Amino acid sequence: MAITSTVSADGTQVTIYIQGRFDFSSHQEFRNAYEKLAKTPSRYRVDLQGTSYLDSSALGMLLLLRDHAGGERADIEIVNCSQDVKKILLISNFEQLFSIQ
Amino acid sequence: MNDVRSLKILVADDTDSDRLILETIVRKEGHNVFAAKNGLEAIAIFKQERPDIVLLDALMPELDGFDAARQIKHLAGDELVPIIFLTSLQDTESLVHCLDAGGDDFLSKPYNRVILKAKIKSFNRMRDLHNTMIRQRDELSQHHERLLQEQTVAKQVFDNVAHSGCLNASNVRYFLSSLAVFNGDVVVAGVRPNGNMMVLLGDFTGHGLPAAIGAMPLASTFYGMVHKGFSMSDVLREINKKLKSILPIGLFCCATMIDFNFRRKRIKVWNGGLPAGMIYHKNGNITPMRSSHLPLGVLPDKNFRDDAKFYDLDVGDRVFMWSDGIHEARNSEGEMFGEERLLQLFAENESCESAFDEILLGVKNFIGSGEQDDDLSMIEICMESPENLHHPGYSFNQQLARVEWEMRFEVKPTSFKSFDPLPFLLNILTEEPDLRGFSGSLYTILAELYSNALEHGVLGLSGDLKKTPEGFTEYYTLREKLLNEITTGFVHIYFAYSSSVEGGCLTLRIEDSGKGFDYASRQGKELQITGYSGRGIGIVEKLCKTVRYYDAGNKVEVVFAWVNDD
Repeated sequence: MAITSTVSADGTQVTIYIQGRFDFSSHQEFRNAYEKLAKTPSRYRVDLQGTSYLDSSALGMLLLLRDHAGGERADIEIVNCSQDVKKILLISNFEQLFSIQ
Repeated sequence: MNDVRSLKILVADDTDSDRLILETIVRKEGHNVFAAKNGLEAIAIFKQERPDIVLLDALMPELDGFDAARQIKHLAGDELVPIIFLTSLQDTESLVHCLDAGGDDFLSKPYNRVILKAKIKSFNRMRDLHNTMIRQRDELSQHHERLLQEQTVAKQVFDNVAHSGCLNASNVRYFLSSLAVFNGDVVVAGVRPNGNMMVLLGDFTGHGLPAAIGAMPLASTFYGMVHKGFSMSDVLREINKKLKSILPIGLFCCATMIDFNFRRKRIKVWNGGLPAGMIYHKNGNITPMRSSHLPLGVLPDKNFRDDAKFYDLDVGDRVFMWSDGIHEARNSEGEMFGEERLLQLFAENESCESAFDEILLGVKNFIGSGEQDDDLSMIEICMESPENLHHPGYSFNQQLARVEWEMRFEVKPTSFKSFDPLPFLLNILTEEPDLRGFSGSLYTILAELYSNALEHGVLGLSGDLKKTPEGFTEYYTLREKLLNEITTGFVHIYFAYSSSVEGGCLTLRIEDSGKGFDYASRQGKELQITGYSGRGIGIVEKLCKTVRYYDAGNKVEVVFAWVNDD
């Protein structure tokens, strides 16, 4: 499990990359990726390019991120989902809460 | 000796004094001298000693210099043996005669030592140059021969790999021509365990060896997967992935792949970059199967699209596939054959059995004396009833195509903490070709049911904890703690798999040692969009045909079903 993140030069955007399975075992790492930032970003990107599978605990974690980022006002993009991952996100109607690319 | 090494020089002169003078001059230059008194002697010495340079008097008894020169040149063969005529003759005709007989130069009597020395040096240079050229020529022709030999052997391997499978089946005809020893086109066909026939025609960019190399992994992937029953999407994805990783940018493979279902009289077509194939219906109608995808080896797996088109056929309908060699065939005026002429051939055709030959002939006549500048491939496959197909691969049996198995698995207390059964179980399930395309859904189903059984059942954790961000973290901290302490409990996992040519279902039962829960109260509940937890079972319900709880709620059975659409 590897979660990495990058922050844009001006600190306004953070991108979180998730490799392999996205489930509860990456919970702490995932939180660290957005909680321990010097400056609160205004935009979040979750890059699921390397994510093979996810379960409902991962969905819970995405919602935690959303609430941390301002709930209704949160600007979060979920990008590079595989077909499988996208299917789970859509079943849960997450396209209503996130911008899913 | 600095500039001319010691040479073997033959001196032939019937005048003793002249010969002696010449011998002395030459020897003083550091060369080995062999002396002859007439032409015959000169030839005998030449045969024995193979001198480097020959100095020949023109007029000699027994055999004169002219005839001797001819014979020496003949004996020398490929080797350059410079012959310098020694002559007191001055008239143009005689000098020309010397050169005509094979002489390379002449030296007038009386001998000028300086000129003689310079000529020997100059001719030796020419000899060296000539020898180098001969050596290189021989090496070149050896290389060439070896290359041809290697290519011939490689071609046998290539043909076995790239043009094989069930191409000799009774309902298949094909034609392949190539510009080089190797063909940039590849045709592979195989029969799936369910009796479907899968055919792929590929056209690699370029010709010859570079184009042929890509055909090898393509063919081995194709045959490896088709016989195991993988679906067309799986095979296409795998080939695309492989080609993308090994081919340099700019080299890719335009391809059409068709899965023939003879039971349902239906074909499934994927075309990436090849000219439209044609379905030639018995009633004379034509349905083109146009390209709607990028070629294989261009896109990364994530962006690769495997959606295919279905066509219903009747027995006797014929499917034609070709590479662009037919469309781009040029006549002597440089005009291309094109799709319109091809359609015209179909329009003029009277008996569909002869369409294949008429097209080939039509293209051949069109090219005429023009030059073929692309590999030209064409395949025709006829829709048949399964019982009329003749090929060993078609020994299809409904009974054999049915697959059923069961598996039981138990996770014990000592394993809860250290062992994650999900990847292991998923690996087993996706060994089944039918399930491979569902690995994402299967993972989610397994993960939800297993974590519910373990966390809520065995560990007795309440999902209510996850209502706040702090609780979410606390839940997983508690989970970790309880896993370290647990000494009793179990999770039983049971699978029953059943599939046929039409489709199948996977029944999954999970039972845990926990107290269960009030499942009656959650029935009819819609999937919640907010809340950090509680959506697991809702997702499982959407993915599965049925979800049922039993007993106290510590047993759940779900049925995952699919229909084979090919």
